[in-house]
Amino acid sequence: MAQQRPHPRPRDYWVVALILAVITAAEVSVTYIDFLDAAVAPMLLVMAAAKFAIVVGWFMHLRFDAPMYRRLFLIGVIAAPILFAAVLFSFGVLIG
Amino acid sequence: MTETAHHRGMWRWLTTTDHKKIGILYGITAMGFFVVGGIEALFIRLQLATPNGEILSADAYNQLFTMHATTMVFLVVMPAAAALTNYFLPILIGARDVAFPRLNAFSYWVFVAGGLFLTVSFFVGGAPDGGWFGYAPLSTQVTEVVRMDYWALGLQVLGLASVLSSVNFITTVFTMRAPGMSLMRMPVFAWMATVVSFLLLFSLPIITIGLLQVFLDRNLGTGFYSAASGGDPVLWQHLFWLFGHPEVYVLILPAMGIVSEVLPTFSRKPLFGRSFVIFSGIAIGFMGFGVWAHHMFTAGLGPVAEAAFSLTTMFIAVPTGVKIFNWLGTIWGGSIRLKTPMLFSLGFIFLFVIGGLSGVTHSIVPSDAQQHDTYYVVAHFHYVLFGGAVFGIFSGLYYWWPKVTGKLLNERIGRLHFWLMFIGMNLTFAPMHILGLNGMPRRTYRYAEGLGLDLWNLVATIGSFTIAASLLVFFWNWYRTAKHGQPAGDDPWDGRTLEWSISSPPPEHNFDVIPVVHSEDDFWHRKYTENEAGHAVTVTAVPSAPAAEGPIHLPSPSYYPALASSGIFVLLLGLVYLPWGLIAVGAGAVVTMWGLFGWSMEPLTREDHG
Amino acid sequence: MSVALHEEHAHDPAHIRKVAMWVFLGSECLLFGTLISTFLLYRTRTGSGPTAADVFDIPFTSVSSFILLMSSLTMVLAHHSSVRKDYRQMRLWLVATALLGVTFLAGQVFEFTEFVHEGLTVTTSPFGSSFFVLTSFHGAHVAVGVLMLLVTALMSFTGKWRPDAGMDVELVGLYWHFVDIVWIVIFTVVYLLQV
Repeated sequence: MAQQRPHPRPRDYWVVALILAVITAAEVSVTYIDFLDAAVAPMLLVMAAAKFAIVVGWFMHLRFDAPMYRRLFLIGVIAAPILFAAVLFSFGVLIG
Repeated sequence: MTETAHHRGMWRWLTTTDHKKIGILYGITAMGFFVVGGIEALFIRLQLATPNGEILSADAYNQLFTMHATTMVFLVVMPAAAALTNYFLPILIGARDVAFPRLNAFSYWVFVAGGLFLTVSFFVGGAPDGGWFGYAPLSTQVTEVVRMDYWALGLQVLGLASVLSSVNFITTVFTMRAPGMSLMRMPVFAWMATVVSFLLLFSLPIITIGLLQVFLDRNLGTGFYSAASGGDPVLWQHLFWLFGHPEVYVLILPAMGIVSEVLPTFSRKPLFGRSFVIFSGIAIGFMGFGVWAHHMFTAGLGPVAEAAFSLTTMFIAVPTGVKIFNWLGTIWGGSIRLKTPMLFSLGFIFLFVIGGLSGVTHSIVPSDAQQHDTYYVVAHFHYVLFGGAVFGIFSGLYYWWPKVTGKLLNERIGRLHFWLMFIGMNLTFAPMHILGLNGMPRRTYRYAEGLGLDLWNLVATIGSFTIAASLLVFFWNWYRTAKHGQPAGDDPWDGRTLEWSISSPPPEHNFDVIPVVHSEDDFWHRKYTENEAGHAVTVTAVPSAPAAEGPIHLPSPSYYPALASSGIFVLLLGLVYLPWGLIAVGAGAVVTMWGLFGWSMEPLTREDHG
Repeated sequence: MSVALHEEHAHDPAHIRKVAMWVFLGSECLLFGTLISTFLLYRTRTGSGPTAADVFDIPFTSVSSFILLMSSLTMVLAHHSSVRKDYRQMRLWLVATALLGVTFLAGQVFEFTEFVHEGLTVTTSPFGSSFFVLTSFHGAHVAVGVLMLLVTALMSFTGKWRPDAGMDVELVGLYWHFVDIVWIVIFTVVYLLQV
């Protein structure tokens, strides 16, 4: 298949892994900092999303492969949170 | 390994990986279950024919209505659509098979395992009796009776079969189209099959987890749906209808696809607003995920959710309406031939409009609260699922029968079949609107005398036997055609799409030469061109015979898919009878692994037509 | 498991299988979505049993999460070696990935036994039910992945193995990374956000 960008090399993978490790460390530390309080949840969600995107984009090559894969996968990735946000909303879980 | 050893009788069907043979297997199995589900329905109607019916006990009645719905949804309409999709999707897009032929065979055999498993329950202490929707806590209680275990596990494995074939169909559509067959040139039936695959792909995982939770509640003592330990039964309703409503479109979209093929052929006009029909199908697919809670208007969701889902439910009628008008526009001014497939398609439009309109009445929350759990709802969904899905599928059967068997079904008997079924259908289900509005509740095995329900119940029962008679007429037609049917020729209906360009029945490899597609309705444009007045004129120049291609690789037959699915059947039976069943679970797992391992080690293709 | 197509139309079998894998992974999103939202609904319904804050050991889970995260690195290196046809290296990285996966599973088993000792079982409360079913469902996915990794590594010794057919390293890799990203979500939503 025609690839949009050249695949990364092992060195890139190690750098990506390092970034993932740093984010994970940040995630854990954030939960121990008391004064962040209400800001913890959004920070954690953003960091998880970043890790998710990095693994999918680099390790699963979605950045570099045929766009069809990205489109097919994204349907599920987008559908799941929307549907279940609606369900949890109707239970009043997401408001609190 | 000799070729002939693999080509004899039963063995050939057990090991086939040919999408056409698998399609035929799906079709025959669906027809068999149609008879089973129909007999269940006749028992229900006999019981309700008169007040205080004596034919069935309450317990037997519960089993019959549960199994009637489960059978008709999962073992009749879905596999019947899968039969036509399997047979025609690859041909319609100009491919020689689906992307994964052995996975396709596996899907079929897993479906058979699930269907048999569900039906076997009748003979081992009673069939499932908690409704096809299995509402918790009804489905999670009474753990010493295994009936709802059969239901939870059976649906689970049928879901597995459907997810696998959805992955297969989607991959086929996105990677195997003939040169020039752009997505927008795909026949509408292929499009609807694709939308259905996506719906199944994203809705089945939800019910998979729901069913797992039901099974664990029953067998492990978890508290997912037990209000006593803090669980919430309403969660089940959400999970079920998150799957259940897309499932409704899974049942109807293939029929809409068939109608969109039949109407243009028998009106000798292209489908009116073709891209609108396709896009409204996609829109229905998307919106189908946004209306599930209208099944739960009496569950107490609160005014915000109820208002929102009421709106989305009204909106989803829009793309459906677009399709209806496009079909009418297709017939308008066409030179119509009222052959049997056309009759069934016209019957579909008529009955589906009635069912669609009664459906929109459910979107009004206060009105729905009145209709909820009454026969009005039963009338509604039989108009869309019987009048819609089943009529559409019969239209497809009559339309494609000559292609599959090489023989034309008898027209006169076909017309008799149609009119009997059409009259029987309306006699059965139209009175249910009145019964429902007069307050007759669903799923009750008796009603008292003098409530004003007697007459219409009797009419409905007479109607149901008329439908049964129409089916006998169909079987007679089938038998007669097999014996003395006329040969159909390659193109009996003057068709528009690729399947009519090849012989009837098609060769094993479908196309001697993979076609190059130049337009929508490509085969039509190969036959006809337009003159200055805009009339169709036959193309005289016969295209020169294309150059012969190299060897054609066909998937080799394999018994591993059937073997692996037989392991799944044993495993399921074991899971019902825990803890001793663990032995069967282990044995079944070993057989399944053996099948899957052998499958992955097997060579892929055999040389053919060298 | 793919039909060989006529060369002229060169439908690339690797491409066909990858499309199928991505479609399948899209479907899996809904599977885990259902499990995670069940957990979110029940996260505070602990009845008389222990709560999330009572039992969760964040430092321990952080370490095992980190191990699973790093197994994605070894996985992608295995894939890279297989692309370069360096099958010795590939086997090494595959086995390393499987070992990291097994370590993660061992951590999960340890964690589960700890929780049971502290009084949280699958029947204690809806919180317990949804937690154990979610995490063990994910664990089952990891176990299947370990099996596929080892089979792929073993099969690469035999003559029957073709780098371009069957369970090739790239497909196993996609599955493995997916299991990893699901855990990224679980680690945040189920663990970090609940203490």
